[in-house]
Amino acid sequence: MIDAAGWLGPDEWEAVRLSLQVAAWATVASLPLALLAAYALARWSFWGKSLLNGIVHLPLILPPVVTGYILLRVFGRRGVLGGWLEDAFGIVLSFHWTGAGLAAAVMAFPLTVRAIRLSIEAIDTRIENSAATLGAAPIWVFATITLPLALPGIIAGAILGFAKALGEFGATITFVGAIPGQTQTIPSAIYVFLQSPDGGQGALRLVVLSVVIAMTALIASEWVARRAAAWVRGT
Amino acid sequence: MTLQVDIKAQLGAFLLDVQFAAPAGVTVLFGPSGCGKSSVINAIAGLIRPDQGQIICATRPLFDSAARVNLHPHRRRLGVIFQDARLFPHLIVQQNLTYGRWFAGRRRQGPSLQDVTDLLGIGHLLHRRPAALSGGEAARVAIGRALLSAPDMILADEPLAALDEARRAEILPYFIALRDAALVPMIYVSHSVTEVAQLATTVVAMGGGRVIAVGSAADIFGRSDVMGANASALLPARIVGHHADGLSELVCAAGHVFVPHMNAAIGTSHMLRIHAGDITLARSQPSGLSALNILSGEICRIEAQSDGAVMVSLRAGDATICARITQRSCTSMGLDMGQTCFAIVKSLSLAKGEP
Repeated sequence: MIDAAGWLGPDEWEAVRLSLQVAAWATVASLPLALLAAYALARWSFWGKSLLNGIVHLPLILPPVVTGYILLRVFGRRGVLGGWLEDAFGIVLSFHWTGAGLAAAVMAFPLTVRAIRLSIEAIDTRIENSAATLGAAPIWVFATITLPLALPGIIAGAILGFAKALGEFGATITFVGAIPGQTQTIPSAIYVFLQSPDGGQGALRLVVLSVVIAMTALIASEWVARRAAAWVRGT
Repeated sequence: MTLQVDIKAQLGAFLLDVQFAAPAGVTVLFGPSGCGKSSVINAIAGLIRPDQGQIICATRPLFDSAARVNLHPHRRRLGVIFQDARLFPHLIVQQNLTYGRWFAGRRRQGPSLQDVTDLLGIGHLLHRRPAALSGGEAARVAIGRALLSAPDMILADEPLAALDEARRAEILPYFIALRDAALVPMIYVSHSVTEVAQLATTVVAMGGGRVIAVGSAADIFGRSDVMGANASALLPARIVGHHADGLSELVCAAGHVFVPHMNAAIGTSHMLRIHAGDITLARSQPSGLSALNILSGEICRIEAQSDGAVMVSLRAGDATICARITQRSCTSMGLDMGQTCFAIVKSLSLAKGEP
C-alpha cells in the first residue's frame, strides 16, 4: 500500500489541487459563453459568422505560446483590458491563478463549443417548431426543448473542456508563469521538475497522476454522455 | 370562426398564390403531392413567411403584409398536427400533452386532460416516453397535444400519411369524432380521397400552387377539371335492407342500389362513391343486363376532356353522377342537355375503407 499523501510532496499536492481548481473554474465559467457561441454558430445566420467561427477555433490552431502572449498583451497589468479590470474591479489576472483559469478556458473553448454545436445541430428543428406552435416563446423553446435535447453534447463538451484545461501548459506558462501555489499547475510542475537534474522521480509521479486523471475524465464523460443520450431518447 | 387566407409566396422556383376562406367544420386542402398544400399550412402556422397577403383568423390578423403584421408561431394560437407526430422525445406522454396547455395558461378555456385522453383512448399511455409508442399511438398523442393547447383552430398536415392502412383506419375516426364534437374548426391537408370523403365539410382543391376549386366533397370529386379521369360521384345513401342472397340495399337520391353485404344496421347512412369510368350510359331503361344498379337522372352538363373523352353529368335529386364516355358514343347517342339518361353502374364502392 502506497502512502498517497506521502507519495507526493506538499508542493506537488499543491500543483494537483491548483490544477483541479483552475480547470473547474475554467469549465464552469466558460460553459454559458460556449453554449451561446455554439447556439449562434449552429442556428443563427449573421454577418461575421465565419469570423466568429474562426476566433472560437483560433486557440486550437495557434501555437499555445502565441495565445499566451496575446493574453498577456490584452489581460496583463499593462494590457488593453488588464489595466482597466484592475482599476475598475480590482481583478488581477497576470501571474495569478485566475489568469491560469482564463488561459485554460480560452484553450478549452473550441473543444467545448464544437461538442455542443454538433449536438445542437443534431436536434430536429421541426420539433422546436412544433413547440413554438404550441405557444412556447423562443426562450422557452430553448429552455424546455433545445437545452435538454442538447444535454449529452453539453456534458461531453464540458468534460472534454475540463480535461483540456487540466493539461494546458503553453498558454498558461506564457501568460502567468509557474509560481508554486499560485500558477504552477501539474504540467508546469512537471516542466519545472525536468529542469533540475534530480527531478526525474517527481516528474514521473506527476505524469502517472496526469494519465490517471485524464483517463478517469474520459471514461466518466463517455459514461455520463451515454446515459444522458439514452435518457433524452427515452429508451 | 372563419380563417381567411390570401397569400403569395415565392418558394424557390415554386410560386404559391392561394386565396380561400375556411368556415367552421373541417376544410380539407386537397391535391397531389407538391401542389403547395403543406406550404399553406406552414404559412398559416407562421413557419414560413409569405411575400405578401393576409391571413386572418376570425378578426385577428395573423399575417398582413400591408399592415406589417407577422405574428410569431407561438402567438398564433393554432394547434398544428404534423405528418410525423413530432412529439418531444425527452418528455413523457402526459408532459407532451400538457405542454401547450401550460403556455395557454388560464386565459383560455379548452378541453380537460381527462376529456382528451378519453376521446383518444390514450389514458394508459400517460407515463410512457414517445420512443415506446407505436405509430398510431404517437399520432393520437399528437392530436391530443394540439387540442390541449386550446387553439382557435387546428391545422392537420397529412396526419395519416406516415401510417399504414390499418393505422389510418384506426386514427381517421378520431378526426371524425373531433369534427362532430365541434370542439374547434380544422384545416386538414390530404391527398387521400377517402379522408376527404369522410371528413370534409369544405374542400379546397389545389394544384400547382393555386386553388383550382372550392366546394363540397361531392362537388369537387365530380369535377373533371380537378379530378381528371378519376372524377367520381359521392352519393349519401341509407341502408334500407339486408337481403337473404347476401346483398344489402341502399337508397340514394338517384335510386336504389345493391352492394355486397354490409356489416351495418338498417337506417345508417353511408357514402357511396362511383367512379366516372365505371358507368355505362343508356338513353332508354335497359333490360336483360347483369348489372344490378341502374340509376337515372337528367343530363346537366356535357364537357369534352382534353384526352378526347367526354364527361357527362346527370342530376338526380340533389346529387350529381358523372360518367366518362368516349366522344364517339356521345355523338352516336345524340346526348343533349336536359335528356333523361340511365346510368348502368358496373361497380360502386363505399367511400369508407377504400384507399
